[in-house]
Amino acid sequence: MIASAFQRAKALPLSGKVGLALVIFWLAVALFGPMFAPYPVGAFVAYDVFDGQSAKHWLGSDYLGRDVLSRLLSGARYTVGLAAAAALLASSTGTALALTAAVGGTKVDEPLSRFMDMLISIPSKIFSLVLVAAFGSSLGLLLLIAAFTYVPGNYRIARALAVNLAQMDYVQVARARGEGRFHIAIAEILPNMIHPLLADFGLRFVFIVLLLSGLSFLGLGVQPPDADLGSLVRENISGLGEGALAILAPAVAIATLTVGVNLLIDAIGFSGKGKGR
Amino acid sequence: MAGASSASGMSAALTLIGKRFASSLLTLLLVSLTIFVIAQLLPGDAAQEALGQSATAEQVAALRHEMGLDRPAHIRYASWLTGMVSGDPGQSMVANMPVAEVIAERLPNSLLLAALSALVAVPVALAIGIGSAMNRGGRIDRALNIVTLSMVAVPEFLVATVAVLIFSVKLRWLPSIALVADDMTWGEYLRGVAMPILTLSIIVIAQMARMTRAAVIDQMDRPYVEMAVLKGVAPVRIVMRHIMPNAIAPIVNAMALSLSYLLGGAVIVETIFNYPGLASLMVNAVTSRDMPLLQACAMIFCAAYLILMLIADVTAILANPRLRAQ
Repeated sequence: MIASAFQRAKALPLSGKVGLALVIFWLAVALFGPMFAPYPVGAFVAYDVFDGQSAKHWLGSDYLGRDVLSRLLSGARYTVGLAAAAALLASSTGTALALTAAVGGTKVDEPLSRFMDMLISIPSKIFSLVLVAAFGSSLGLLLLIAAFTYVPGNYRIARALAVNLAQMDYVQVARARGEGRFHIAIAEILPNMIHPLLADFGLRFVFIVLLLSGLSFLGLGVQPPDADLGSLVRENISGLGEGALAILAPAVAIATLTVGVNLLIDAIGFSGKGKGR
Repeated sequence: MAGASSASGMSAALTLIGKRFASSLLTLLLVSLTIFVIAQLLPGDAAQEALGQSATAEQVAALRHEMGLDRPAHIRYASWLTGMVSGDPGQSMVANMPVAEVIAERLPNSLLLAALSALVAVPVALAIGIGSAMNRGGRIDRALNIVTLSMVAVPEFLVATVAVLIFSVKLRWLPSIALVADDMTWGEYLRGVAMPILTLSIIVIAQMARMTRAAVIDQMDRPYVEMAVLKGVAPVRIVMRHIMPNAIAPIVNAMALSLSYLLGGAVIVETIFNYPGLASLMVNAVTSRDMPLLQACAMIFCAAYLILMLIADVTAILANPRLRAQ
């Protein structure tokens, strides 16, 4: 298993290897990063605000004189954790509904698909703004809002895959054998669409990272004292005039994360088509 | 014979476009219902919000009656919807003036920004898309693929931040805040909005170039192109004379689809540059929970999105002779 994964990684083109390295790096940062933070997240440790790089503060200090590296390590955990959870929720919900539609016949498929088509016609950023205005933006709600916004996109792709598979001979055979709908959906159809679904999961993850950090950047996402990478960019915006590291570092961190996932998906080559940002 | 069949083909296409148009209208209606329902789920209502914590129950009830909030939900939806259609989407709670007036002030700014960004983005994206398609599999194509693939995933505010650092802080060529005034000349205006346009264009170009490349390559794999290659037609001539006439519709389709990225991008870009447009107005409406204003803004964005999708589909219908003949 591990050996074959290693073989596959070696066969990737250079861009894919870079993408894989970035993804592994950010997963590691999200999991273990805060353990290596040199200072407590909220502590005022530097004498100067918007300090440049130094031996004591590898990424300088922020607008209140806090250590940017420590805040970035903790922010990455929020960004990666929230987006991964939301993408997982969006993908599993979308796929479960798609499988229901594929084995449930026209009566289930028609209304469900029309409803999803309607939701997909609301631009995702606009939709999430309306949801944030109505419900607020605690961490749990942000997770739900991001997931809900990207369910229709996943549903559309998963349904197309599942409906195709449901027409295949081996599924017809299973049906003739008298297998139940649940068995057909889980044991016959789902295993054969897992690869494109994984690629789609990666895309949803990228969209959600961009959405959540965009919301945080607008001040409508993760609220203080919690801070994700988007909030870090926002709170240091006054340092833009000096080209402060405190604003560039988190912005570049988001970009390397999303670009890494994109490069990896592109190199693996299951291109899913879906709704963009 | 030929004339008759193309005439019936044309009327079939018109029917198809008519159906597509009707389904867009239906979708917009359902979208309005969704937005209305979500806005209703807000705990507390406008009357409560306007009077604050210290108001007595009678005062709230009186204001609620005055604002028509004590009517059943479906009647409120109907009156909001007819108001939207007739150009009166209600009263902004924060600005304390009609939503229509607030929006009328901002909408032209946003449309102008979008138009100028499209004007910059479309030619550049066409050049990149067609260029990398002609060089398919070559070094330039692979390099452009990596660049556009990365740009698609870069957050808007990073593009904006880097642009400000380069052009405003280091080079001091352009202002970092988009100041727009009524008495500005065109030159002053363009200088003021250069940064937002640059940022929006970069975001859209990446997506648009990728879709253009895909559309051109789709044509390149057709037998008629192989035929032209075999008879020795020069590559540039193949692209200009053989591929482009057939690829125009898929490219217009790709343009319309990727221009929808402008809508989401504008939310961030207008806010970061303090541009007085519709998207920054909407962000303010979210912050102040000004629901009537927010609902109206959201409807305008959804309508714009649906119009772009409609254009994309109609070009696809007009371009496909098989669809026309149905």
